[in-house]
Amino acid sequence: MRTYWRLLLAGIRRQSTYRLAALGGLVANTTFGLLKVAVLFAAVRAAGGQLRGYDVGAMSAYIWLSQGLLGSVNLNGRTDLADRIKDGSVVVDFLRPLDVHAAAITTELGRSLFNLVPRGLPTLAIGVLLVGMDVPHGVTGYALGAAALLLGLVISGATVFLVGACGFWLVETRGLQVFYLVLSGFLAGLFVPISLFPDWLRTTAALTPFPSMLMYPVDLLSGRVVGAAALGLVGQQLVWLVLTLAAGQAMTRAGRHKLEVQGG
Amino acid sequence: MSEPIIETDALGRDFSVRDGLRRRTVVAVDDLSLRVEAGESVGYIGANGAGKSTTIKMLTGILVPTRGAARTCGLRPVADRRRLAREVGVVFGQRSQLWWDLSVRESFSILAAIHGLSPERERRRTDELVERLEVGEFLGTAVRQLSLGQRMRAEVAAALLHSPRLVILDEPTIGLDVLSKQRLREFLLAERAAHDTTLLLTTHDMGDVERLCDRVLLVDRGRLVFDGTLTGLSRTVGAQRVLVVDLAEPTPDLAIADTEHLGSEAGGLRQRLAFDPEHTTAARVLAAVTERVEVRDLAVEEPDVEDVVRRVYSARGR
Ligand SMILES: Nc1ncnc2c1ncn2[C@@H]1O[C@H](COP(=O)(O)OP(=O)(O)OP(=O)(O)O)[C@@H](O)[C@H]1O
Ligand SMILES: [Mg+2]
Repeated sequence: MRTYWRLLLAGIRRQSTYRLAALGGLVANTTFGLLKVAVLFAAVRAAGGQLRGYDVGAMSAYIWLSQGLLGSVNLNGRTDLADRIKDGSVVVDFLRPLDVHAAAITTELGRSLFNLVPRGLPTLAIGVLLVGMDVPHGVTGYALGAAALLLGLVISGATVFLVGACGFWLVETRGLQVFYLVLSGFLAGLFVPISLFPDWLRTTAALTPFPSMLMYPVDLLSGRVVGAAALGLVGQQLVWLVLTLAAGQAMTRAGRHKLEVQGG
Repeated sequence: MSEPIIETDALGRDFSVRDGLRRRTVVAVDDLSLRVEAGESVGYIGANGAGKSTTIKMLTGILVPTRGAARTCGLRPVADRRRLAREVGVVFGQRSQLWWDLSVRESFSILAAIHGLSPERERRRTDELVERLEVGEFLGTAVRQLSLGQRMRAEVAAALLHSPRLVILDEPTIGLDVLSKQRLREFLLAERAAHDTTLLLTTHDMGDVERLCDRVLLVDRGRLVFDGTLTGLSRTVGAQRVLVVDLAEPTPDLAIADTEHLGSEAGGLRQRLAFDPEHTTAARVLAAVTERVEVRDLAVEEPDVEDVVRRVYSARGR
């Protein structure tokens, strides 16, 4: 356990060396956030101040929370694993007395957690100061929100790992990454809250792990979903956590037998 | 006899490569059976693409063999990969196991945690390696900012941090200058003397083999073609030794039985005679020379190992 704790810290430390990138990400998040404010606020007002349960405060919370999590939830499909398979440095991962799957997810989680600081919190702060937003109710609200957030980050790491692990068979996974990029952002509720989807699309989204990564943590952290409904969302997250982790274990085990190690 | 530290039985690995539209099977390693005892120091040599790195990847459980079986440190490499990783230290010369964006010190400390070293053991071993490999001056530098030679030293330290019984080095001296090579070899010799580690190394630098290895394995196109000492290897390919004599007076080119005159310098004051140790001896050649002219000084040059390997390759039609 100490080992994986150390890997988590290493992931945090590694990410912390890229300060300028974090600043760039923050600027992008905020700009995009203001854009979402313009569009989605207009939609709420056009609907008479209430759009499928979203008023301006709830919409603002959705916008700034989802923007703030963008640096932590992997919605671009890129992984270290994919790169390491492609250039062969994955040999080094297999030389260590570690579970390659667990180590990769732990490192990715470290990256995610770190990014909450330079990208998550400032984005939220800007949102609160510029537009104002809803917050969770009481201690349980915050605790449940934090749990959902942590689960979401692990699910994100575990799911994107699956894309990278396809590299054991395909070597080049860039096509898959692009597919993931397009699909995940949309189904995770990055552009529009999932509640605004038509029914069939909402059902489709619920059959994927994507809402668990972003939409559900945002719903809980904004206090939009509370009580039994909140517990239900966390329950769904737990199911996806188990499924994605199990798939990752299975793919790593099978993939090892396919691994060819590129580059001598 | 105790259990060997490496044992393979008819080990083989194929790769399927795309060749235009068709797929073709490359036999990277074939029918490799070998046994390495604990404490040995083995040079694993062969031309580019001979199958050295592939063998190492199978021995360490990274690649799954197509045929045959291997045991390393008494473990099954693929099935027991994680346990094996605690017993083996590996350096792939052209790959880094350090964390690119972290400092050398941080990389060491993460590796120590990965191997579950106690803080006391971590400190002692890190200090020892840092001192002996002269890593101290760039311990705080980010790995991506190191020069190649500095990084190699850090890589070797990283691979040895958990005091493995078996050390496998795949081209550890690639790209190093003469002095750095020398230092690294001295370190490896000292490390072996101190901890009795087993060493398996691949290299294209015969100096490494000469200095570090008491046994040589030569692979050619995936197959083991020689297993023995370096001297034995020179002998099998008929490599020649060279007697260099400094003469008392300028002498025309000497013609001595069973030797080949390689050249004269200083108007015949120094002459070089090559001979095959299978057919004659240095003493006999020297006696024949002194019969004709007074010899001031002499030296015997051992066969150039690179030349030996070149002969093996060309003899096998490369
Ligand atoms: N991932 C791979 N896919 C296809 N073929 C491969 C792969 N890895 C190695 N090979 C082939 O296997 C053979 C042996 O390669 P290997 O890397 O073991 O050689 P080597 O002896 O280490 O050579 P070098 O001295 O150049 O490092 C080569 O013909 C190589 O092309
Ligand atoms: Mg090689």
